[in-house]
Amino acid sequence: MRELHPIAFRRLGEEGRSYEQRLGICYRGADTDSTDTIRIRHVTASPIVLSEADPAIVVDRLRKTYVVPEREGGLKAAVGSLFHRKTKEVEAVREISFSIAPGEIVGFLGPNGAGKTTTLKMLSGLLHPTSGTAGVLGHTPWERDRAYLGQMALVMGQRNQLTWDIPVVDSYQLNKAIFRISDDEFRRRLDELTDLLDLGDLIRKPVRNLSLGERMKCEIAGSLLHYPRVLFLDEPTIGLDVAMQRRIRSFVAEYNGRTGASVMLTSHYMADVEALCERVIVIHHGTLLYDGGLPGLVRAFSPHKTIIVELEEGAEISRDHVTTLLPGGGEVVEQTPVGLTLRVPKAETARVAAQVLSALPVFDLTIEDPPIEEVIEAVFASPTSDHHSEPTLV
Amino acid sequence: MSRPQIPESSASTGPDFDRLSLKVLWAYYSGKLKIDIANNLAYRGAVAIWVLSTVVQPLVSLVVWRTVAGSEGGSAGGFTANEYTSYFVIVMLVSHMTFIWHMWEFEWRIRTGFFSPILLRPIHPIHHDVSENLSYKVVGLIGVIPAAIILAVVFDADFSGTSVIDILAFFPALILAMALRFLVEWTLALAAFWMTKVSALNNLFDVFFLFLGGTFAPLSVMPGWIQAVSYVSPFRWAIAFPVEVALGNRSGLEILTGYVIQLVWITLSVIVLRLMWTRATRRYSAVGA
Repeated sequence: MRELHPIAFRRLGEEGRSYEQRLGICYRGADTDSTDTIRIRHVTASPIVLSEADPAIVVDRLRKTYVVPEREGGLKAAVGSLFHRKTKEVEAVREISFSIAPGEIVGFLGPNGAGKTTTLKMLSGLLHPTSGTAGVLGHTPWERDRAYLGQMALVMGQRNQLTWDIPVVDSYQLNKAIFRISDDEFRRRLDELTDLLDLGDLIRKPVRNLSLGERMKCEIAGSLLHYPRVLFLDEPTIGLDVAMQRRIRSFVAEYNGRTGASVMLTSHYMADVEALCERVIVIHHGTLLYDGGLPGLVRAFSPHKTIIVELEEGAEISRDHVTTLLPGGGEVVEQTPVGLTLRVPKAETARVAAQVLSALPVFDLTIEDPPIEEVIEAVFASPTSDHHSEPTLV
Repeated sequence: MSRPQIPESSASTGPDFDRLSLKVLWAYYSGKLKIDIANNLAYRGAVAIWVLSTVVQPLVSLVVWRTVAGSEGGSAGGFTANEYTSYFVIVMLVSHMTFIWHMWEFEWRIRTGFFSPILLRPIHPIHHDVSENLSYKVVGLIGVIPAAIILAVVFDADFSGTSVIDILAFFPALILAMALRFLVEWTLALAAFWMTKVSALNNLFDVFFLFLGGTFAPLSVMPGWIQAVSYVSPFRWAIAFPVEVALGNRSGLEILTGYVIQLVWITLSVIVLRLMWTRATRRYSAVGA
């Protein structure tokens, strides 16, 4: 008999979908050749008592400015800086605001230097903001009070917290002491995590003998032994092969489903985001560009749709003829003897499709949104209103 | 707690991380020391090189001062050649037991961002460092104790002034010296949050230990003004004082006063540490991921 976490259940119930449906939907978006299945089992994690009205994370006009020394290359400039040190302010994060509900998984997107990691560092408590406020589980993160640190985890893709030369499980034992986990609870959680991440014998090996992917799995398990209620994942799948990425993805979904923890995730792999996040927050040059559902992102930022036309055999159509079908703009992306791919402005889609259907010998016609990667790329390539050249931070 | 299927219902309240009971500290230190000792044993080559540098400096001073004493008819500055041997053998032990490298460590951690995971645990980072420091000292003793015995035998150490009471009084002085030097240098290492090159400060400290701490020569052979300064500096109380106690050069009252002065320095460091800690970590920019 399956039990569901009350919060997860209620939250999903509100959206009118079942747990399995939700995960199913997640999965279809991710990898169609996926061999992983998400097993639904007993929810044994600690129930999280938070009123649903209270967001787990609230960020209000958060801003972070770094003061960086500024100097030109060369010896002359180096000597000059001895006497007159020039600094300049770099705005890494500019007044962003959002809130995240308990149990929500949110993808945090932006190109390198957009301010993602800086934001996660502020929310985990490492950095003090220049201005603005944030509350996570009712705590101000950068006060770093231990009650907060005891229920939060920040996992950074390429940062090793485990001790290199000793077996992984010894590091876990230390976390057990730090987070004051009882013996029974520790054993149970370790079994659970070992099972979910397929750790097997890995935890008895010294860290240096593990591959990158194995190390990442062990790192994640170690970071979650205290069952944090808020989880910040910064590039958890970076550098991992596809199978390992999938394993970590399904694990994050499972952990979220079991514990009802809130998850904020950055990733350069859109597959991660599509698989896990119903909601994404996009920042660029430190400014919040978009906050909403993933499909909405495509709608909001892609002014185009793609029309793919399959032609009947033997149809010969000149390029010029096709171009006449696109009076309102748009372009022919590809033309082969048996097909056409057109990119047209969104508003024109219906009209162009109708034109194509009536003017050409069409065998099949589909209208698609452009791939999410392409949309994101376009968003990041577009300059923001008041952008100026900035060095990439972090 | 009776049913294993039901996890601790304390998730909303959780353990009280602000209270550090002895039981919690014991659990932490026993786990952490085990890891750190295993780690130091794994890097025994590196530890051996560090220990060698701990041994070489007193060895050089020992040879120099024995030569001086020999050329001045058997004693110099009130020490015979064999008393110089016993002095520097104990200096070597105390230097090793009070050694701390955290100014270097802080500089590196801040530059590379390795401070981040340590700062995000619900336990003060100083415990992490105390354990690393202690484990190094314990593992290093495997090299330092034989070195001390060999030096004492080869250079004919003279421990005739040392009584059983001096030996008993030496241990509290040593432990307080360990705490004192650790806290003073750890607190000063916080300067790394403001300065990029705090290791330069470390080099300055080494010079102070040389002349004010008694590692270059017994303070009693130094000029009067250096002795005067040494009394009000922490350096004397971190090295010279326990050495003098071990050699039987201090009276009962002087020993008790010494303990008190050590405690004063420890208290001062803790106060400064508490005042500076939040201010320092506020400046942390967590570079490099």
